Amino acid sequence: MARLDIANVTKLFGATRAVDDFSITVTDGELVCLLGPSGSGKSTLLRMIGGFEKPTYGSMTIDGEEVIHLPPEKRPTGMVFQSHALWSHMNVFKNIAFGLKLRRLPKAEITQRVEAVLDLVGLKGFGERLTHQLSGGQQQRVALARSLVLEPKILLLDEPFASLDQHLRERLREEVRDIQQRLKITTLFVTHAQDEALSVADRIVVLRDGRTEQIAKPAEVYRTPATPFVAGFIGQMNLISGVVSEGEFGHSAFNVPVAVADGPATLAVRPEALTLKPASGVGMGHVHRVTDYGTHAMIDVELPDGERLKSMMPTADEWSSMQQVDLVPGAFALYRDNAAIYRADVGTPPRKAPSRTRGTVNA
Amino acid sequence: MAETLTIPRGRIDFPGIGFAIVLSAVIIFPLIVVGTWAFTEVWRYPNVVPQQFGLRFWNQTLSRADVWSALTLSLQLSTVVTLLSAAICLPAAYAFARMTFPGRNVLFFSFLAGHAFPKFGLLVAIAAIFLQLNLIGTFWGVVLIQLVGTLLFMIWIPVAAFQSVDRRMEEAARDVGASPLRVFWSITLPQAGPTIAAAVLLSFVGTFYETEGAWLIGAPGIRTMPVLMITFINNQMVIQYGAVLSVLLWVPSFIALLFARRIIGGGAFARGFGG
Repeated sequence: MARLDIANVTKLFGATRAVDDFSITVTDGELVCLLGPSGSGKSTLLRMIGGFEKPTYGSMTIDGEEVIHLPPEKRPTGMVFQSHALWSHMNVFKNIAFGLKLRRLPKAEITQRVEAVLDLVGLKGFGERLTHQLSGGQQQRVALARSLVLEPKILLLDEPFASLDQHLRERLREEVRDIQQRLKITTLFVTHAQDEALSVADRIVVLRDGRTEQIAKPAEVYRTPATPFVAGFIGQMNLISGVVSEGEFGHSAFNVPVAVADGPATLAVRPEALTLKPASGVGMGHVHRVTDYGTHAMIDVELPDGERLKSMMPTADEWSSMQQVDLVPGAFALYRDNAAIYRADVGTPPRKAPSRTRGTVNA
Repeated sequence: MAETLTIPRGRIDFPGIGFAIVLSAVIIFPLIVVGTWAFTEVWRYPNVVPQQFGLRFWNQTLSRADVWSALTLSLQLSTVVTLLSAAICLPAAYAFARMTFPGRNVLFFSFLAGHAFPKFGLLVAIAAIFLQLNLIGTFWGVVLIQLVGTLLFMIWIPVAAFQSVDRRMEEAARDVGASPLRVFWSITLPQAGPTIAAAVLLSFVGTFYETEGAWLIGAPGIRTMPVLMITFINNQMVIQYGAVLSVLLWVPSFIALLFARRIIGGGAFARGFGG
């Protein structure tokens, strides 16, 4: 149970700003996901909290105590690495007991705590196994147990499931979330998988090029992304470039009424918020591809200028390739200068654009 | 790795057969001849097989005091040189593997220098220096010269071993509370251990068989087993003395290799060479 405060932390590698003026407060028992593409600085940030990198500027406190000057072994943090980093010359028990032995705990207490944590991660009776005798998922559980047994104030998970297959990843992340909530341990979880972040986090930090794009609850990040980058990175999103003129967002294929000042803008609409209806005659676009996922269908619509948009529909039955369709956006957002300038919860039906070209599509 | 390579049926592996024949001719055949001579009492031309086998020359060789003193000396030298080499080279190898410092690459490649030039010329030059330092004909003079010969193995192989240890393993140990020294002792060294053991073994065996340095720097006071063997072969009319000593000299390497297979296991030697 601990609170982590990071204030104005910057990390420079030569001239490169790996992390740029990052600040956050993580409260007791909260699970925060650091989400971003490769090179966004999320792992560097985690390594700085763990003590493996030193910030160039800024401060980090755990329960009010500055930790920047502390080496990793003195910090009240526990890190789980992507590569598991289990010590292959030790068996599972010794891997977990190593940290306890360093703390000179009595042998009986070490055994009891290791057994308890093995039970917690679902590996009861695996103590004598060698690490290479375990599956990838079991190895990651051991790595988690090795950190948890020391009862760290802050648990740091660095893409812990990246090397596992999809099914195992989904199962393990739920287990980790359960354990985290049971122990009420403050956790930072680095991932580049948005579904992972959306499913386990209390809050998500979206990072890009070392800078914070948005810090919010998963639903908020998904429904009201603060920037076009967040909009495009979380879930699927159609991003359409165009120009606002006289109260209408204009694109070569359609116009949408919006109450914002004139100028270039990017319209963002999720596939599930973009419904299709069959056009009578020539529509705003035609169906390029229909993909049936069983639970829903994804329809790729090609606009006259060649750009494609995705629309999620309940079934694939009504749609066929080359079919002329009209678009009906539900909720959408308009972005300008990397910020949202307009949001519509329920979109006004667009009207087909006149034959002149207004702006371009950049989905 | 688990796949087994097989040769398609009906095809004869000519390169493989040729390789096996060449290997047999240059390695196994001479070994058989020397081994046979060691247990032969009478073997006259033109017989292909000795007329009389026996252990007479073993008794005569092993009853000589100079053989036992040479064997003891060789074992002492090899042990001292290997231990000193490990004490000097392993920390240096760790520094080469994990740290950056000015002149690192030049220094690293300088360890090749001892093997990059004709060794005898180098030894003569060193002998001239040792003469002034009164090290010629002394135990420590030979230790020093043989130490130079081990540097390559004891730096390059452990560097590869340390470099192949996953940094995340070391970081994970720091994370659970281990100091850098404890990380080295409990994680890095055991992880690199088998490969380093291979280097130590190569050093020991290499030193045991080293002849040029021991002869040039050690003579006349220091006579190691290989030096004694060469003396026997050169000065004795009877072939069997040299043959018996040759067979005796195989013993340490056989023991070392058996030991190596038990503690190191397959692959460690290959890993040691970056394989």
